[in-house]
Amino acid sequence: MKELITSLFSTLTIQEVSLIISVINIIIVTASLILFVVFMVYFERKIMGYMHARIGPNRVGPKGIFQSLADTIKLLFKEIIIPAKADRFMFLLAPILLLIPAIAAWAVVPLNPEFLIADINAGLLYLLALTSFGVYGVILAGWASNSKYAFLGSMRAAAQMVAYEIAMGFALVGVLMAGGSLKLGAIVAAQSGGIQNWFFIPLFPLFIVYFISGVAETNRHPFDVAEGEAEIVAGFHVEYSGAAFAIFFLAEYINMALISILTAIFFLGGWESVFSNFSILENSVFSFLIQPSIFWLLSKTLFFLFVFVWLRATFPRYRYDQLMTLGWKVLIPITIVWIGVECIMFVMEVGPWSSV
Amino acid sequence: MNIKHILKTLSMIDLIKGFNVTLKALFREKVTIQYPEVKTPLSPRFRGKLALMRYDNGEERCIACKLCSAVCPAQAITIESEEREDGTRRTTKFEIDAFKCIYCGFCEEACPVDSIVETNIFAYHMTENHQRIQTKEMLLETGDDYKEEITTNRAKDSKFT
Repeated sequence: MKELITSLFSTLTIQEVSLIISVINIIIVTASLILFVVFMVYFERKIMGYMHARIGPNRVGPKGIFQSLADTIKLLFKEIIIPAKADRFMFLLAPILLLIPAIAAWAVVPLNPEFLIADINAGLLYLLALTSFGVYGVILAGWASNSKYAFLGSMRAAAQMVAYEIAMGFALVGVLMAGGSLKLGAIVAAQSGGIQNWFFIPLFPLFIVYFISGVAETNRHPFDVAEGEAEIVAGFHVEYSGAAFAIFFLAEYINMALISILTAIFFLGGWESVFSNFSILENSVFSFLIQPSIFWLLSKTLFFLFVFVWLRATFPRYRYDQLMTLGWKVLIPITIVWIGVECIMFVMEVGPWSSV
Repeated sequence: MNIKHILKTLSMIDLIKGFNVTLKALFREKVTIQYPEVKTPLSPRFRGKLALMRYDNGEERCIACKLCSAVCPAQAITIESEEREDGTRRTTKFEIDAFKCIYCGFCEEACPVDSIVETNIFAYHMTENHQRIQTKEMLLETGDDYKEEITTNRAKDSKFT
């Protein structure tokens, strides 16, 4: 791609060429994220329906595949109502403040060894910073709405995010120790060489904790007390309608995808193949299955997205105090204990990282 | 918080059981009925929109005894009556407020001449507020239109009443 652009516009400097490439990459990632959300809404409703012994959306288009398109058009054409006593500027700023970090976090997520928008050294820290930035959008939405339900929802969201951010950070400390780098690409490279080297085996508790706190971070079931339809109507976005509400929706689903792809990268070897040790396949037609490719990364991501929906269909919502108990008294101690165990593993030289 | 409880919680056995239930449900046969195309069977006792019936000679059955209006728990029925030239008592006004009616079927049970009946029409609508009042003419029309259906349903149910 670099050669193509240099040959087409020979007057450009190297910096300008890399800028153009970055912009193209950003457009590719953002467009595919929005397409993903359209797909995900349909996927979620269909899976949820099947788990309820229903058939889910089936009216718009064959098997209902255009359902989310119809939903999008409906949401975009609805009126954005701004409550009379709401803080107008903040009210409109909040959804944007939620969406921007959700998309910006994808800058450091590598989709394969080459495709990466920004190859920064502190990728993991950048991710932690941006995922926790999303809570400002939630708090601001609740505060600017000037409604007690919205405010209650955002207060709950803030407390929940603080609790689970710590567990999430600690889980990532474990990954950092094992991977030996803050770069996501390097973490995946540390897991290469077969399924036994993937971090989910030595770091199994951290893997579970990371995914649970990821679910809590995105305010998804069963941790959606910030929305809590039954008790506070729709939580922080109760006053939003039309396109503004659609942005909240978009941010939630993009965050879901982010957590899923990060779990795949940190614990399931990213783009590494499940069958990389099966040398029998090497000369057969299935030889592409051994190669590390984006196919593996996306199928692992899709699996975790399925788990998101699965969780939502299975469990009732946590009560607020149970949620806090789980965060502070269960997940954080487990991660701390397992980091200690990991240290011992380092000293004793057990684990996939010691054999290298 | 004994050790058994802690081990049970940490093994997440209950969560796995729950996941198992929903995963099985994912592959279970679906029970959705595609409503406007496919409909569920209705019982002959189904209580839907009200109607007034006529005798076979075209005379209306209702004798304005007002038992239905008396028994109606929602007080949805309004009746006014007069004596006709031939000496029979008939209604001049027979109105049912469709918003008040709770489809309990007490009026049908109370009626001594089987005039007021409930059809199995459950999907009907009105576009203006005043249309909720169903006049005598409208009720008689419903009875005429669905006479066959109503009589077969009554025949099916006759040995149980």
